[in-house]
Amino acid sequence: MTAQSTLAPQRDGAPEPSGRSVRRRRAHRGQARIAALYLAPAGIVLVSVMAYPLYQLVQLSLYEYGQAQASGGAPLEFLGLGNYTRLLNDPRFWMVLLNTCGFAAVCVAGSLAVGITLAVLASRVRQLPRALLFLAALGAWATPAVAGSTVWLFLFDQDFGLVNEVLTGIGLTGMEGFSWTYDRFVAFALVAGEVIWCSFPFVMVTMYAGIKAIPEEMVEAASLDGASTWRTARSVLLPMLRPLLVIATIQSIIWDFKIFTQIYVMTDGGGVAGQNLVLNVYAYQEAFAGSNYGLGSAIGVVMTALLLLITVIYLRVQRGTGENA
Amino acid sequence: MTTATHTAPTTGRRRKQLFRRPGRTLAEITTVLVAAVVAFPLYWMLLTAFKPRGQIQSTDPRPWTLSPTLENFRRVFTVNDFGRYFLNSLLVAGVVVVVSLVVSFLAAVALTRFRFRGRTVLLVMILTAQMVPVEALTIPLFFLMRSVGSVAPWFGLNHLGSLVLVHLAFSLPFAIWMLRGFVAAVPAELEEAATLDGASRFRFTWQVLFPLVAPGLVAMSVLSFIHAWNDFLFAKTFIISATENQTLPLAVLVFFKPTGNDWGAIMAGSTLMTIPVLVFFVLVQRHLVSGIAGAVKE
Repeated sequence: MTAQSTLAPQRDGAPEPSGRSVRRRRAHRGQARIAALYLAPAGIVLVSVMAYPLYQLVQLSLYEYGQAQASGGAPLEFLGLGNYTRLLNDPRFWMVLLNTCGFAAVCVAGSLAVGITLAVLASRVRQLPRALLFLAALGAWATPAVAGSTVWLFLFDQDFGLVNEVLTGIGLTGMEGFSWTYDRFVAFALVAGEVIWCSFPFVMVTMYAGIKAIPEEMVEAASLDGASTWRTARSVLLPMLRPLLVIATIQSIIWDFKIFTQIYVMTDGGGVAGQNLVLNVYAYQEAFAGSNYGLGSAIGVVMTALLLLITVIYLRVQRGTGENA
Repeated sequence: MTTATHTAPTTGRRRKQLFRRPGRTLAEITTVLVAAVVAFPLYWMLLTAFKPRGQIQSTDPRPWTLSPTLENFRRVFTVNDFGRYFLNSLLVAGVVVVVSLVVSFLAAVALTRFRFRGRTVLLVMILTAQMVPVEALTIPLFFLMRSVGSVAPWFGLNHLGSLVLVHLAFSLPFAIWMLRGFVAAVPAELEEAATLDGASRFRFTWQVLFPLVAPGLVAMSVLSFIHAWNDFLFAKTFIISATENQTLPLAVLVFFKPTGNDWGAIMAGSTLMTIPVLVFFVLVQRHLVSGIAGAVKE
């Protein structure tokens, strides 16, 4: 059956010698049509569930949109940039913005430091210890955010947590019954610990692959030329790892800037009196707990704009490294 | 003579290894210790899930148990209908994977195998779409799903369809971008050969191209599965009142109570939620790393 179908078009095509170029031209014109057909499902989904909501987000942020408007009981009131001026004049918004940036910075720095250190360590040891490390890291990576948050909460629980028990056991009696979620910075540190725990594996795996891809001869040549270990790392290894490092950094920034689950679960919706709010949780609380959908959307727009800025820098840097390579 | 020439380098190498060994042993001990610390939270979760209640609500927690029990799991399945939520999560993630597999493959083929105007613009748009913070879209999506619900209830608020829709949309940009690299890696000669053999374009796409990009499809599927499976924000926002349509992340949080958290049940639930992802990850880790690396390299 296959033989028949493979022969048929050849026999058809044989009598007309000029048919080939005609067919090709026709194929080119047909290509666009088939391509459109292939792209249609993805396009429909992306336009309706991503592009349109993005447009709506901006629109909502320009209106007074509360419980009354959401249920259709009151007419929409156009505020223009009213929600934004309200935000900019609200000290709470600035605190949340500062929280978000500080928290993301700590998480990014932590994931990079741990990930890179462990990647270097992994490249120096034999297979068995390395396999153990990768397996453990894979486990941390795979753990769903909610599950990771609950386990960390339990480990650091005030009354039944292992950490307080161990710390008390080694003589720090002040740690008995210590609450890790009461103080603003301690709570942030705890959440950052969990975030770093589940996001360093990505950095580690990426950087390990990068280190492995560096030809051994280059390192040997450097040491033959009398370069010290530090000098080799700085002048040979670092430039070669730079593209991957940039990707890992930006990816971590994007992830850690928009963290929701860990903060929400671990600090119970934003901490005592909202001290642990980050932009995402703040927008959620304003919209769905406070029924301020307009204001929540404005926060969403601010966050999107900030991330877009990071993205532009990312693309520029990536293009720059691409040209160098 | 041969032995003489052979022994010289070996002893040299051995001496070098001896010289290096203390440093490496230290590095290996550190590695194993770090691995233990990283894996510890998971161990603790698993252990607590099997501990009897008295040993969990204790001010003297021990890192082992001599009386493992299934009572926590039993409670999770009877008090809170966990089996149902597990199936809900599985259904959402499964449908997202299957649909995004087909849809993103088609789009990737169109973007790599066809020449048409506006291709570059589309590529840039897909790259940008990856960077959109989908969490910021919660509010407009909430209203979108509310209106969808009045037309097609299955895809509206309180129904799993709404979750399928959003996770499908969020997984597509990266999936398309990733698959594009894999499709482009298949040489054009192969298509010419297949066409010469009389295969239609449709047949080539599904019977030659599709199997060839399998590693990319696997990596892509795992990532979209994990995204949909782990989601907390959208499940919390969309499934407001229909508790029977909740997914796992929300079901676990039910055991946090003002009167005292049921840690045994929380850990049992978390274990159940983690296992499928863990199994998936370990099974496809090689594909995953090469898949991500391939996408990153693009």
